[in-house]
Amino acid sequence: MLRTEKEQAEIIKEISGVNTKKCMKCGKCSASCPAYDEMDIRPHQFVSYVQNGDINALLESKSIWKCLSCFACVERCPRDVKPARLIEAVRLMVIRQRGGNYLTPNEVPELLDEELPQQLLASAFRKYSK
Amino acid sequence: MQRIGVFVCHCGSNIAATVDVARVVEAAAKEPGVVHAEDYQYMCSEAGQLKIREAIKEKNLTGIVVCSCSPRMHENTFRQAAERAGINPYMVEIANIREHCSWIHKDMEEATEKAVILARAAIAKVTLNAPLQAGTSKVVKRALVIGGGIAGIQTALDIADAGYEVDIVEKTPSIGGRMSQLDKTFPTLDCSACILTPKMVEASAHEKITIYTYSEVEKVSGFVGDFTVDIRKKARSVDMSKCTGCGVCQEKCPSKKAPSEFNRGLNTRSAIYTPFAQAIPNVPVIDRENCIKFKTGKCGVCSKVCQAGAIDYDQQDEIVTQNYGAIVVATGFDTIKLDEYDEYSYSTSPDVITSLELERIMNAAGPTKGHLERMSDHKAPKSMVFIQCVGSRCADRRGKSYCSKICCMYTAKHAMLIRDKYPDVEVTVFYIDVRTPGKNFDEFYRRAVEEYGVNYIKGQVGKVSEKGDKLLVQGVDLIDNKRILMETDMVVLATAIEPNKDVRKIATMLTASIDTNNFLTESHAKLRPVESPTAGIFLSGVCQGPKDIPETVAQAGAAAVKVVGLLAKDHLVTNPCVAKSNELFCNGCSSCEKVCPYGAISYEEKEVNDHGIRETRRVAVVNSALCQGCGACTVACPSGAMDLQGFSNRQILAEVDAICK
Repeated sequence: MLRTEKEQAEIIKEISGVNTKKCMKCGKCSASCPAYDEMDIRPHQFVSYVQNGDINALLESKSIWKCLSCFACVERCPRDVKPARLIEAVRLMVIRQRGGNYLTPNEVPELLDEELPQQLLASAFRKYSK
Repeated sequence: MQRIGVFVCHCGSNIAATVDVARVVEAAAKEPGVVHAEDYQYMCSEAGQLKIREAIKEKNLTGIVVCSCSPRMHENTFRQAAERAGINPYMVEIANIREHCSWIHKDMEEATEKAVILARAAIAKVTLNAPLQAGTSKVVKRALVIGGGIAGIQTALDIADAGYEVDIVEKTPSIGGRMSQLDKTFPTLDCSACILTPKMVEASAHEKITIYTYSEVEKVSGFVGDFTVDIRKKARSVDMSKCTGCGVCQEKCPSKKAPSEFNRGLNTRSAIYTPFAQAIPNVPVIDRENCIKFKTGKCGVCSKVCQAGAIDYDQQDEIVTQNYGAIVVATGFDTIKLDEYDEYSYSTSPDVITSLELERIMNAAGPTKGHLERMSDHKAPKSMVFIQCVGSRCADRRGKSYCSKICCMYTAKHAMLIRDKYPDVEVTVFYIDVRTPGKNFDEFYRRAVEEYGVNYIKGQVGKVSEKGDKLLVQGVDLIDNKRILMETDMVVLATAIEPNKDVRKIATMLTASIDTNNFLTESHAKLRPVESPTAGIFLSGVCQGPKDIPETVAQAGAAAVKVVGLLAKDHLVTNPCVAKSNELFCNGCSSCEKVCPYGAISYEEKEVNDHGIRETRRVAVVNSALCQGCGACTVACPSGAMDLQGFSNRQILAEVDAICK
């Protein structure tokens, strides 16, 4: 089913629980972000892009794969906006749109190594399979 | 039988756009006792009031109901109109069909129905109203000002100049407040001390002003016109009548490790100290927690060196009890604690400072004697970064929701002064918005940018970390959409301000309301900005909300005028809507006395005649001067003996019946 950008923006807001209207555009999220230079669309822009319904640009941005989920932006945001949650929501939307399972149990054994934390597998399953 | 008139106001479109006024008139006219009902566009206007007065006379009305805005707004207006037309002012009831109806509803049908019900309730109540006579109470011609900063000093001076006695109670050893800690003041850059100290001297020399420093308000009772206040004069350990202020004791005191409150902990002071050189009174206090004599019993150096014999280790706290007609709160502010702002390294790096600390560093009488230097190695900085809105405009748990209002201007001031005195120092200001409403304020900020070359970058800093002996500032330039990583020597945080932490305690004693941020609430945000909703309590300075010095001084003057207006009265008219006990019903159980927040109820042994039986009973008696008409006693009374005049149980039940009809 094809959704309009506006509908997608609503879904992103719903799954992230973020109220973009709380943002006062101070930029502290971007200022705090360790991956800032790697990103094409910066954390503070995510907030206004979602607010303005420019979702296609976000879905195609490389930023969603550069975000480290370190939550520095969430921790430091003076307005409690939680930009990392928006980025996570966009990421989820991309994964879900692609429609396939990106990880099946059969693939796991060859991925395993001693250094790999269990947590990563659990989280990979949560994100990359339906 | 009452003859009631009902007057329905349109309030322009405020009411009429949501409530069908004609239908309210029509419905009200059918109520029992109503002999007149009409509507008008603005009932509160002179023409509207004339309609009320004419109707009272023509129709011989005994009571009126005005369906309009909140009684807080115009009850008094309509009572006066009624009185002018010859009926008792307490024969007026207001049906609030604006705040309680039109403003909060959208559907006209529902709002009209509710307005009719509210009108009906008011009619039912006014039917049972009885004429009441307001009493009078005295006015003590003396005012108390709590807080001796610029707000308190200015209020006290203005009241005293009008010819009334004023007492200032100041918690610290000297008056002067925050302003005495400032170096220069915006937007004219005059030296703070140069304009403040003459006022401090004037206040201390004024024959009508008594200053209690190192003192706190301990207890407040009474009411507008006659408050009784206990002031605790903390033991100074120095006899004020003997001390000459020579300062030798402070020089010789061997305990010099206490952080200086006046210098924001940037250096230390002796245990016996005056906060600053121009302190008023110029009499030191002994900080007993840091005094060797008080800690170990040995020392006594100050006593030995004092030529005047003023040191008195045995001095005790003293309670002064005084009566006042009015009380002004001028408790001021402090900067918020930055313990939770780890990202700015305030707690870990001595070179990250607050703006108030910078004021002390830049001040000639400060810890560095006015030399701009880093607190870590005392080197002169080559570059400085200012971070705005630290803890202001925050929706998180760490900060304050409001704009602290003064930071944009003092940061421009700091930046400008530094660039002026040390042109080789690079100054960068990270801002979110630059807010400069005020006369000559924006021009001032633009001068910092255009004439002094201060670099303003839009974007809140994300992180400040220590890198060798430098500080690494990580931010973004939101206009260029570029990462900024810059090394700097000093970082100054424009820290949010908050009301003085003692204000809650003081507000509780005064029964003055405060908001969620601990700012004292004004009686009306626009029309009564210096009055607390509690009669006789006035507000001056930052205790009411963030403001700069010009605004504080203006508000201090406004508060003084209100106080003078009160003190100039020969007597006050008291509210006759007070509790009254029916001694025949009273069983002397003390329930009412226990719930009365004003101490207005006492008990008497009284001879009563109960249906021919004469006996002596213990009955409740209400002091009508103390009673504020809150009604708590009427609810607590198990035998229905207590009733509130103007709000009797019968009247309230009649309203309920009318609403439920």
